[in-house]
Order: sequence, then C-alpha cells, then structure tokens
Amino acid sequence: MSTVSNEIEATEDPGTAPHVLRAADLNPRSEKRAEQQVAILFVLSGIGSLLLIYSYVFIDKNLFIFIPVMGNQNASQLGLGLGMAMSLFFLGMAAIHWAKTLMPETEVINHRHEFRSSNEDREEFVATVKGGVAGVQLGRRKLIKGSLAGAMGLFALPPVLLLRDLGPLPKKQLETTSWKAGTRLVTDPGNRPILASDLEVGAVVQTLPAVAEGSERLLSDIAKDPVLLIRLRPEDFQLTPEKLAMTHEGIIAFSKICSHMGCAVALYEQQTKHLLCPCHQSTFDVTRGAKVIFGPAARPLPQLDITVDNEGYLIARAPFSEPVGPSFWERNSQ
Amino acid sequence: MKRLSRYRRHKVAAPLLLVIALLGIGASFNIASATIKATPTTFARSTAIDEGKQIFLKGCSSCHGLNAEGGSIAPSLIGVGAASVDFQVGTGRMPMADMSTQAMRKRPVYNAEQTAALVAYVSSLAPGPAIPTDAVLNYERDGSTAQGGELFRNNCAMCHNFAGQGGALTQGKYAPTLMGVEPKYIYEALITGPQSMPVFSDKTITPAEKLSLIKWIKAAEKEPNLGGATMGRIGPVTEGLLAWILGLGLLIAIAVWLTTKAR
Amino acid sequence: MTTAEKRIGAVANYVDERIGAAGWVKKSLNKVFPDHWSFMLGEVCMYSFIILLLSGTFLTLWFDPSQRDVIYEGVYAPLKGLKMSAAYASTLDISFEVRGGLLMRQIHHWAANIFMAAIVAHLLRVFFTGAFRKPREFNWILGIILLTLGFVEGLFGYSLPDDLLSGTGLRITSAIIQAIPLVGTYISFFLFGGAFPGTGFIPRIFTLHVLLIPGAFLAVITIHVMLVWYQKHTQFPGPGKTEKNVVGHPILPVYMAKAGGFFFIVFGVIAFLSAVASINPIWLYGPYTPGQISAGSQPDWYMGWLDGLVRMAPPLETHALGHTISWNILIPALIVPGIVFTGMALYPFIESWITGDKREHHLLDRPRNVPNRTALGVMSVTFVMVALINGGNDIFATNFDLSINEIMWFSRISIFLLPPLSFVITKRLCLSLQRADRELVLHGKETGRLVRMPNGEFVEVHEPISAQKRWILTSHEQPQALELPDIDSRGVKRPGGVKNKIRARLSKAHAVAVPKVSAQELKEIEGH
Repeated sequence: MSTVSNEIEATEDPGTAPHVLRAADLNPRSEKRAEQQVAILFVLSGIGSLLLIYSYVFIDKNLFIFIPVMGNQNASQLGLGLGMAMSLFFLGMAAIHWAKTLMPETEVINHRHEFRSSNEDREEFVATVKGGVAGVQLGRRKLIKGSLAGAMGLFALPPVLLLRDLGPLPKKQLETTSWKAGTRLVTDPGNRPILASDLEVGAVVQTLPAVAEGSERLLSDIAKDPVLLIRLRPEDFQLTPEKLAMTHEGIIAFSKICSHMGCAVALYEQQTKHLLCPCHQSTFDVTRGAKVIFGPAARPLPQLDITVDNEGYLIARAPFSEPVGPSFWERNSQ
Repeated sequence: MKRLSRYRRHKVAAPLLLVIALLGIGASFNIASATIKATPTTFARSTAIDEGKQIFLKGCSSCHGLNAEGGSIAPSLIGVGAASVDFQVGTGRMPMADMSTQAMRKRPVYNAEQTAALVAYVSSLAPGPAIPTDAVLNYERDGSTAQGGELFRNNCAMCHNFAGQGGALTQGKYAPTLMGVEPKYIYEALITGPQSMPVFSDKTITPAEKLSLIKWIKAAEKEPNLGGATMGRIGPVTEGLLAWILGLGLLIAIAVWLTTKAR
Repeated sequence: MTTAEKRIGAVANYVDERIGAAGWVKKSLNKVFPDHWSFMLGEVCMYSFIILLLSGTFLTLWFDPSQRDVIYEGVYAPLKGLKMSAAYASTLDISFEVRGGLLMRQIHHWAANIFMAAIVAHLLRVFFTGAFRKPREFNWILGIILLTLGFVEGLFGYSLPDDLLSGTGLRITSAIIQAIPLVGTYISFFLFGGAFPGTGFIPRIFTLHVLLIPGAFLAVITIHVMLVWYQKHTQFPGPGKTEKNVVGHPILPVYMAKAGGFFFIVFGVIAFLSAVASINPIWLYGPYTPGQISAGSQPDWYMGWLDGLVRMAPPLETHALGHTISWNILIPALIVPGIVFTGMALYPFIESWITGDKREHHLLDRPRNVPNRTALGVMSVTFVMVALINGGNDIFATNFDLSINEIMWFSRISIFLLPPLSFVITKRLCLSLQRADRELVLHGKETGRLVRMPNGEFVEVHEPISAQKRWILTSHEQPQALELPDIDSRGVKRPGGVKNKIRARLSKAHAVAVPKVSAQELKEIEGH
C-alpha cells in the first residue's frame, strides 16, 4: 500500500464515445410518437390549470371529502393544489421530454483556459494600482493620515449607536418577577384563588400571581411568573429544613420556567414525582427540591415560598429568592 | 385458491403468512382468555359487592393483596374510589398483561357487569371519587371548545401533545393518545390521576372546565385534515422526513431521468 | 427571412447598438453543461429559492407582522374568542379565509424544507467529488454562506406565525442569545425590544425575513451562479474528458429546455406535496404564550441537529464572581456549530495544505479514490445524524417503544464513538473499492459462465472490460505523500518542525491508496 504511483495515464484515453442516434432520429414513427407524447404532456398541464380554476371558482371553501389513507380533506385546498401541481409538473415534463427525444443533442466540447491573467496584464495592473496609491500620497501626508484614521473610527460608531433604542436596558428585569409577599396564587386559566384543601395528594395546579381585577397580564410577565403547585405526602419530601419551611402541608411550588432554556416545565409524573421539560428533557426530582437528575439543566427550578392567608388561600410568603428562567451573564448563581 | 398459490413463492409471501399467523394466534388467545375470565359471573350471584370481591380475589388480589391493601408491586386500592376502578378496568389497563413499565389501554378483560361489581366492591372499602353520571357528562351542552383548548394547552399538551396524540415521559413511560377515549374515562382520569398522570381536582379545574376539555378533545378527534395528510400530528420530525424522502427523493429520481440519454 | 425573424432582428439590433451585448451573450450561449443527475441538486436549491420568493410574496399580501393583541373572530371555531397576536390571527386568516392561502403557506414551508435539504445534498456532492478544489474555493465559501443564511432565514420564517411551537423556538433562541457572556442579556433585550417575548421581535424579523436576508441571498446566489458560469462546470472523469475541456450540451436549446422544464417540475413536486401533505398546522398549536408547551416541541429538520446537541449536553454551568456562564448552552448551540461551520469553510485550504496541490482541477474525483476526504465527510455526516436523531428522541421514543433516557445516553456515547468509527470503516471501504477496481482492470468482469477445461477443472470465464471503462478506472492520479524532512538540504533544521511533522503525517494519511494498474501490468496482461 505504500508504493503509490504518480503515473497519470496507465491506459490511453479512448476519446469521447461515438454519437448514438436516438429512435426518434432514425425512425419517423418514433419521432411522431415522441411528438405526440410531448403534446399529451402539454395537454395534461392545461387540464391541471383548468382544475385549479375550477377549484378556485366553484368548490366551496368548507367542503370536505373523505379520501382513503388521507382522511377528511378540504376539497378546495386539494383541488387547488393538485391542479397547480399538475399544471406545473406536466409543463416541465413536456419540456424535458421534448428536449430529450426531439431536440438535437450532439455533445459539444468547450475548451478551458487557465484563469490566471497573463504576466503583462498583471504587471500593468500592479503599475496602475501603484501609480494610483502614489497619487494619494498617504505616506507623505502624515496629518491627513492621522485625521483620516480618526474620522473613520468615529464614523463607525453612529450606526451602532443608532441601534441603541431597539430596546430598554435589562436593568433588574431578569432578576424579578411579579411575585411579592402576600400575592395570591390563582389558577391559569381561570384566575381563581386556591385553598390548600383544593389539592389532593398527587394533584398539580398551573398558577399565576393574582392581578387586580380588569388589568391585563403582559406576555413578558407570563414568561417569568408561572408557578406549578404540586401536592405530595409530607413524608415524601427529602428537603433541607429551609426548603421544607417553604412548603405548606405537602404543597410545594416551583417556577414553571425551565432553568435551562425557559420552556414551561409542566410535565409532572405523579408516581415518580419527577418533572420533565419537553424541550430538552431535563428531569427534576420534586421530592428533592427540583434537583436536576437528568438532562442539560444545571440548576434546580427556583422554589417559591408559600403559605396561606387568613382566608385560607395560598399566597407567596416571599418573592422568588433567585432569578427564574434560563441563565444569563449577570446572574449571580452562588 | 389456484390463483393464490401462484404467489406462494413470492418473496413477501413468507413474512406475510407469518404476520397473518401471528395475528391469528393473538386474536384466538385474546378470545380464549376473555372467555376463561368471564366464567366467574356464573358462580357468584349474591350482591354486587360479593360478586366484585370474588372477581377481585381471582383477578386482582395476587398483586393488590387479599384485602386490597396493596403489595410490593401494586398500590393499595382502599379509598381510590369508584372512578379509579372504572377507569383502570374499563379501559383494559387493569389487570395488567405483564409487568411492563406502564399499563396500556387494551381490550377490557371484564365486561360492563363485572366491572360494575368490582367498582362496587372497591368503593365499599372506603369512599373516593365517584363515576360521573351521564347527566354530568353532557359536554356538548355544558362545554366550550375555545376554553377547552386554553385549558388543554395549559394542563395537558405538555404530555399529550398539542393535538392529544400522546408523548414521551421519562424512562420509557409515555402519555397515551387521547383519540378515541370515551368522555367518561377522560373525566375519571382527570379526577383520579391514574399512573403517571397527576390529579386535576374539581376545585382547580372545575367540572364545567373539565367538560370544556372533553369537548375540545372530541373536536380534535373529529378535526378534518385541513392541509392534507397529517403524518400523525406530531410536529416537524415527520415533516422533515417527508421533505427528504418524498420531496428530494422524487426530484432526484426525475433528475436521473432528465440526465439519461433517450433511446 | 420571415417577418418574425425580421422583427426579432430589429429588436436585437436596437439593443446591441446601445449595449453591444451580442459578443458576450453569444459566448455565454456557447457554454456547455455536462450531464449528471447530481449536477441538478444545485438547481433544486435555486429553483426552490425562486418558489420561496414567489409564495412568500403571496403570503405578505395578507400577513400582519405584529405582536399587537387581537381577539380572534375568524372562521376556525376551536380558537374563536381567544386573545392572540395579530401575526397569528392573520396567519389563521391566510389559512382559512384566503382561497389558496393554505396551499401557498404549505408550498412556502415545504419549499423551505426542500431548499435546505437540497443545499445539504448539493454540498455533500461538491465535497465528496472534490469540486471545491482550486479554482472553486470562493464558490465553496459562498455556498457555506448560503447555507448559514438558510438556517437564519428558516428560523425566522418558522417564528413568524407566533404559534405555540414557534414561540417555544423563540424562547430557546432568546435563551441562547442570553447565554453569550458579557453582552448576551443586552443583545436579547435590544432584539426583542424588552424582556422576552417583547413586542418588537416579530415585526423586526419580518423585515429581515422578507427584505434583508432574501436580498443577501439574491446577491450571493447571483455571484455563486455567475462563477459557475465563468469558471465552467466541473465534470466526472470519462473518455474524452480532460482537465482542459468540458463535454456536454450547449445552453441552446437542450440545456435551456431541460433546466427550464426542471424548474416547473420542482415547483410541481412541491405543489403536489403541499396539496396532499399538511405542514406546520399552526391552528392546532394554538397562540403562543410562554406558560404553555406541547410535548414533542421540535424545530424544523435542519435545526434538529442543534437541538439534539443541546439535549445531550452535560449540565455544566460556571458560577463565579457573581456571573454565570452556561456551558450547557454555549457549547452545543454556539461553539460546536461554530467549529463545524468554520471547519467546513476552511476545508479546501486545509486539504490543499495537506496535499501541497496548488493546481487547477476540473475533473471530479470518484469518492473512493480519495479515501481520507470521503471518510472525513462520512464522519461529519454521522456526527450530524446522531445529533439529529437525538433532536427527535421523544418522537422516536414514543413511536419505537424506547425510552428518551436510553436514546439520550446512546447519543451521548455515539456522538464521540460513531464518527471516528465511521471514518475508519469508510476509509477501509474506499480502499476495498479501489482494490475491486484494480481487479476489474486486471482480470475483467465475471460473466457467471463456467467452462470445463480439458483437464476437468471448472473455471469462470472473465470478460475483458471496455476501453472506456478501463479509462475511467485508471485515469485518476495517485499523488504521493509530501516529503517534509526536518533538516533541509544544507543540513539546517527547518523552522516550524512540529507543523511540518503534522503536515507530513496528514499528507501520508491522505495519500493511502491501493496502487492502480500500471501500464507495465497492463502490457503483461495483454500477453496472456
């Protein structure tokens, strides 16, 4: 295997194969047939266009027809699509069939030339450029050179600066949510406050912080605020005393926004007590404070400290103690 | 028959026969096991509870314990309620065929009468969620599809997919498809939280909201294929596969035709 | 002269007197294009791009790129009365209230998927046949730019309807941007016009999607195609084909008819797919709100490998000095693709450095004759395939009764194991194929006919192969490895010893081959 040959041609190039005539070149009947085939393809294309027009004008938008395998189909969409497909496809087939069977198809040979310019051209080019550069006299005009560099540098700034108003500065927006001490947890959707007794063991509730009657939630709040309430048997918890104190009678609350990339982690398996994120399959163990047990997430889901108010409704005892959602450079994760 | 025998040496004949044979065996086994299990009804004829207890002792107690107190491989059934038993037995999940990761929906082993007896027995042990009556389940009248959609996307889509087609859970478990499930069983699953599924209490998702959910699921079931064949309604994975295989595949086939010389 | 000819002549004269086009148009019309199905892949890309422009323009006539809240009052009952963005509502209206609107949406999306698939297939063809070698390195880089633009354009297009699936994609995009150290948070706030999902992103990416990126596409495609035109197409080796010529059909009329016809076929096939197969049924996904999610949330296929890499990433984050660096996002979503794309762009230069070959090449390589390159290509494809499979792990899990955890672990191990393994296997396969070629030239092809010799022995008759076939199997070069001695002719140690050693080592690996049949050997055969 080590002996390799640099020999280019072991045999001789037999040259381009002789041109073989096609049936249509030889036989007038074949030629006629090919012509007819092309014509049929063009006619099929025309039928396609007519089908499209018919479907557009006459088929009701809400008509459904049953087609085996495909199920109930919208007749208008199917007619328009098939008409269009036929019209285009057979037009192309006709052109190609025509070219293949009837158009002269002798092979032609083009010759290649090296792309490199001739030496004279190159020399002339170099001379021209050199002359041009010399005319600018940048080497001699020190003052111009310096001021030009300065001006160019400054010139680059405004376009970047002009983009500044694209958005506000982040400030503390990623660190804070709408949860405050005493905010009621309400169902999402429904906006109903929740009594601790509303949850049986094994129950989950998707919740949001209560908002004043009539006020709208911003999507940017919904991107941070959702909280998942889960009720376990209190003896199932394996939490530190601080985290255990944040639960209420076996009810534990986690941010529903994944600590990895911000998808909604709402896939709760009641038997294993695991939370799974459907985006990248990070798995969190609810009994151990949403500790990551599988997948790419690096941090547990932030836990919300909950209790009940004097009417017995679940409320946040304190805001989240850490930013929710995916990591970012300014996040202090220690 | 002669015409058929012509194909017996065809290359797909052997695998095809094998598949038919396997299906035949499976079907006859199913029928046989159903008839064997069905016999207990003829013996016990006292009250429904007694009858249920008999069925329980025969079919369930080996895992769930003689008094439904549970065992090392199966949970206690005391207090699970009528709805739970009706769901598990009615959808064929219980008794389990084998100790797989998860009980599957299959042809029920017990008929309606036997199921009712089992329900009566288990719910006599301790109270629990009851089976919703037909009057409660009037989702066509009491539900709203749009509200159901909102609820579904908030509470169900993360496991059962946006169109109720089911999805993957951890370690080989899965959320089953919701297509073709009777409204009663959807309702029961919501209030009892079978297997991996959590409980959706009546206080947090009200009975009216549950009916909206059912109405939406039923609408999704009947949803026509508006844009053509759906390929499972499971998102872009099958779409990409089709783009490569049918789309680019067809175009390459035509390109091959295009570039070969006509005869 | 007929009247029609006279009229055309008059128009041509009018134009030519003003711009003198006859000369170069004549020259262009004489260009010759070689026939091979794989040369049509690039055309599929270009044609699907044109289809994207046409169908996209149709969609803009109704699409409202706004994140303003509206209450849906359209015809689709399951969403009636819900609050949603104007972008989503107008996409629903295009789908249900504009006749042919859904068809156009589906044509646009299928065309996008096929566009990206064709780009990848075209890229692989160019790579495996060595069409990127001098003088075509510029066009290779332009191709990589087009591929990159395709990713961005596709992601933006997927995000525009503002449905639950595309919103989830944007959520992930914003997390990737946020993960960039130092400036990520700021870039994210500026792009989205505030905290995610902001109010400005959809109108902004709409402008990028319909104006800026298509403009860039058009410019780069034009240069790409003009360079092909100017440098003339490469051709596969064969009788009569040399480095100095191109054998094929002239533009007029055959190539024009075939290529023109093929445009309609590409359009027709995409229209057919759009008629019978649903794609991106946004009405089923529902409007986007960040609190909701669907099982099996996937990107379109060309982004799937990135999502697969993100899924398999280890849970690594650095927390120090009050800052956080998310390696679990940075490595799979930015660093690895960065390396892959840079490596791809630089490959022509790397290979030429390894082989020391600075000549022009117009004859393509048969992939088996360059085992190292072919193996590298298969290795890269394997890498992307493993990642792509993991990107759909939840779908595969439910459909094939597997567990996502198993698929994830399989991918985590395979991503390191399978690419090198496929490199070794491919290289060996290439060498075996070379050996088979050699056997074929030396001993002809087996006919399956047995002949009984006078002494009772059975032998199979071998038929000599044709001169054309023999030429194809023997005309390729087998370059030798570079000799890069540590010490030069004057006995002085060369600078850059380590670099030279690496280069010599790579060059040796690149030159491994089964020696092709030599003229000497052939002569001996003829003796029999």
